[in-house]
Amino acid sequence: MKSFTKEQVLEEGKNSIEFLKREELEKIQVNRLKKTIERANNSPFYKNIFKKEGIHPEDIKCTDDIRKLPFTTREDLRENFPFGFIALSLNKIVRVHTSTGTTGKPKAIFFSKKDVDEAAGLIARCMRMTGAGPGDVFQNMMSYGLFTGGLVFHYGAEKAGVLVIPAGAGNTEKQIELMRDFKTTIVHITPSYALYLADILEEKGIDPEEELNLQVVYLGAEPYSQKTREKIEKIYGVNAFNCYGLSEMNGPGVGFECPLKDGLHIWEDNFILEVVDPLTGEPLPDGREGELVLTTINREAMPIIRYRTGDITFIYPQVCGCGRTHRKISPIKGRTDDMFIIKGVNVFPSEVERVLMDTPEVARNYQIVIERERSLDIMRIRVEIKKRFFDGSLEHLKELQEKIKSKVKSELMVTPRVELLEPGTLPRTTGKSKRVIDKRRL
Amino acid sequence: MTMEGKIQQISVFARNEPGRIKRITEVLSCEKINIRAITIASGDDYGVIKLLVSDPRRAYRVLKREGFSVALNKVIAVQMEDKPGGLYRLLEILAENEINVEDAYGFVIKSGETAVLVINVKDIEKGIKILSQQPVKLLVEKDLYEL
Repeated sequence: MKSFTKEQVLEEGKNSIEFLKREELEKIQVNRLKKTIERANNSPFYKNIFKKEGIHPEDIKCTDDIRKLPFTTREDLRENFPFGFIALSLNKIVRVHTSTGTTGKPKAIFFSKKDVDEAAGLIARCMRMTGAGPGDVFQNMMSYGLFTGGLVFHYGAEKAGVLVIPAGAGNTEKQIELMRDFKTTIVHITPSYALYLADILEEKGIDPEEELNLQVVYLGAEPYSQKTREKIEKIYGVNAFNCYGLSEMNGPGVGFECPLKDGLHIWEDNFILEVVDPLTGEPLPDGREGELVLTTINREAMPIIRYRTGDITFIYPQVCGCGRTHRKISPIKGRTDDMFIIKGVNVFPSEVERVLMDTPEVARNYQIVIERERSLDIMRIRVEIKKRFFDGSLEHLKELQEKIKSKVKSELMVTPRVELLEPGTLPRTTGKSKRVIDKRRL
Repeated sequence: MTMEGKIQQISVFARNEPGRIKRITEVLSCEKINIRAITIASGDDYGVIKLLVSDPRRAYRVLKREGFSVALNKVIAVQMEDKPGGLYRLLEILAENEINVEDAYGFVIKSGETAVLVINVKDIEKGIKILSQQPVKLLVEKDLYEL
């Protein structure tokens, strides 16, 4: 694969929109936001709201004026399912995707031909940013169909000029065969499946670093910790890039890491990003953690304004060392809805994961069970331990249990119960995995 | 080199549920491996099952193949008379020599005649050295086959 030095990237990208001066980028944003409001006014949902609240495109003078606009929520999308958000006539719409529905009912997202093309363009931009291009063989292990991770990424990869293998999700035997036959250099995969696949490769005695051709892994569709990324990089001997997206905003490639791998650039010529207090909705300054709010400003079929993503992150206050002017968000720490509160402490499963992945004796699978025992909340962490760690001593197992317990306690301020399990006890998943089971009846 | 007195003990890590021990014994039975002794040390939700078997190495391989987390450890097996005070004297000697017994269990071969005490100590060489000066018989693996 062609590798770029920072200087080369800067040189090549000097004229690209990725390196545009902030003032100019913001000018584009203001213009596109105005146009978005005009367009949105054609949709039944926004027409109604704009009329009620007296919103006009002329109200927008600078990007901060976006705060005058109301939020759009998942419930809005559901209640106006399927056509309430459409701003074009149906005969100009060429595709529909529905959300993966991690929580609740699905939402429908519509694309015009131009929307499909623009979304692909953003993915191509992301891929080039990681050094991918003609000559690469890209295996897309995301589900094809209603989920955007398959098709939307596929179109983008073709646009980036790589050879695309539309492998789809699951069917591990086939995935391995494809990777070997076509000498796959890049995969797009969920982190939990990447770890599962690593287990299977190990069982088969295939050394991924030696016997596969992989160089780059795009990890998406699930929040995960830095430790998990490092683990995947080590197992496969690759560079793993964090990929953020959601169907409501086209799907994958909304945010993507540059080669510095420290935060994900959001393409601000296509989206306006804000981070707000999840409770009050007040905008937070860059650097403060809160809920990510996104507005599409380059979409015609279905503009969405100030969408409450439910994803917890912060915007990097400083400019990225790669020179791109588009701001970055931190990897998603969790969701406002998979965060759980135990004994008054906010806990994100990703924080528990970070502790576990830092414990070498622990295998890759875990589960968090929250229970209520005589009105006390209890967090039970169920972990599988590696076979090779077991040396026959009960004492060592107890020590490990204690170690995990005190590590979690010192990092999360919650004392868990730790349950050690034989490898293979917990269900292994190939898609978005359900790590948290809340058994409390509140 | 196997020194006199050391025998191999199989340990299996398993969750605390009835079917698991049954499965372990089933696997061994299929392979015609004889269980001489079995003991369970329990954590909360999991336990360590310790076994003395007629063919420890094969048992290890077989259990591993069946997906168990299994380990082979060396322990000391002492044959002694099955009479009151026998065990006491032995442990007294170990204590005098500051050898801490991490784990021990016993089984009787012939009531009123012979018993076997299995002990697990950190410094196994030292343990054997001290016990071999005593009027007890240290078992070797071959003895286990022939019990």
